[in-house]
Amino acid sequence: MEVSYFPGCTLKQTARNFEISAISSCKLLGLDLTELSRWNCCGTVYSLSTDDSMHHLAPIRNLIRVQEDGFKEVVTLCSMCYNTLKQANELMKKEPDRLKKMNDFMYREEDYIPDVEVYHLVTYIKERLGYEKVRELVKQPLTGLKVAVYYGCLLLRPDSIKLDDRENPMIMEDLLTALGAEIIDYPFSNECCGSYHTLGQKEIVLNRTNKLITEARRDGADVLVLSCPECDFNLDHRQKDTLEKYPNFQTMPVLYFTQLLNIALGGNLEDCGFELNYIDPLPVLREKGIIK
Amino acid sequence: MKIEIKNEEVRSEIIQRIEEISGENIYKCYQCGKCSAGCPSADEMDLLPNQVIRNLQIGKVDAVLNSRSIWVCATCYMCWIRCPRGVNLTSLFEACRLMTLRQNLDQVGLKEAIKESEEMDIPQIAIISLLRKLTS
Ligand code: SF4
Ligand code: SF4
Repeated sequence: MEVSYFPGCTLKQTARNFEISAISSCKLLGLDLTELSRWNCCGTVYSLSTDDSMHHLAPIRNLIRVQEDGFKEVVTLCSMCYNTLKQANELMKKEPDRLKKMNDFMYREEDYIPDVEVYHLVTYIKERLGYEKVRELVKQPLTGLKVAVYYGCLLLRPDSIKLDDRENPMIMEDLLTALGAEIIDYPFSNECCGSYHTLGQKEIVLNRTNKLITEARRDGADVLVLSCPECDFNLDHRQKDTLEKYPNFQTMPVLYFTQLLNIALGGNLEDCGFELNYIDPLPVLREKGIIK
Repeated sequence: MKIEIKNEEVRSEIIQRIEEISGENIYKCYQCGKCSAGCPSADEMDLLPNQVIRNLQIGKVDAVLNSRSIWVCATCYMCWIRCPRGVNLTSLFEACRLMTLRQNLDQVGLKEAIKESEEMDIPQIAIISLLRKLTS
């Protein structure tokens, strides 16, 4: 099944492990992620002011590309891209006057007709394949691996874009359960990691990383699983500075959900791109007998 | 502490602009404090989210615009989705930041941000979102 796919900038750079593991695991699921023939940065954050249309141009331009490629749906992976594309799309559906203004502004583009649907990969897998089908395709169950799922903000909020119940989401947990993992009750799964303050106000992020990882440890998790390169940077790579600030801090591997999906479906280890993870997840995966 | 509430401050032009830009009615808030209870940035704030909106209600806009709070908010949307009155405090925070940013008063320098990002492999989305939120 061919699926139109918007990667976003970070998946081509620091989060290549997210992209390659997603492409590989989708192939094993029978989904062919077809990158848009042209795309641009989505702008990363949705503009919250009523009088600003300028910043909606970037996400909407990408949705025009989906149209041009002949698709009605687009799948994305990064939480920030997902949130921005989807919120901008919802706005266009709700405000025809603004859509007209924006179409006029982009007069050399074809008009955007707001009937493209923006999907996060996890929803797409759930709705199109179903987790039963995923379970049947598992070659290497994640038996014994205790996982804390971390959604952060942008997959659950605001309401117009939420993947699942915003206070008690299960969509990611259910997928990982289908893969054989053991899910840990993790109360901070929808807390904020500090996001872009990692530049400029790093201390905010170090406090959050300490809090979020320490809680996952206390709850008994072996690894934390997520779907955002921003959260991943803060919760994985920033563990280095967190340890400097809090000497008793205990590190924990942080993985993209697609990395575990790829392993469970019997994909190649090279397609997980683990060399880009800061805290090495290989020892715990070996210890559990999930990889050799 | 004695606070003097002045009519001209309460309906000042700038407060009306904040309401307009955020699309939110500040008088919907009944000060239950739920926004502050759930705000992950509350620890780093000098004015709690419910105090931010209270100050706007009583016309003390300078206290809000000069606060650290509006710059440590990371737009996580928690206050908005949990508010029993449906107050979109997330957009109100954004509007307050824009009051400063739209005077061309950037809160971070592009050069410093890029330089800092080169020291480590900072994700591209972090650089862009920081600049989107803290510069005009
Ligand atoms: S949660 Fe809503 S009503 Fe309660 S104090 Fe905050 S903004 Fe006001
Ligand atoms: S959006 Fe800002 S003010 Fe609201 S809960 Fe999040 S950090 Fe706090």
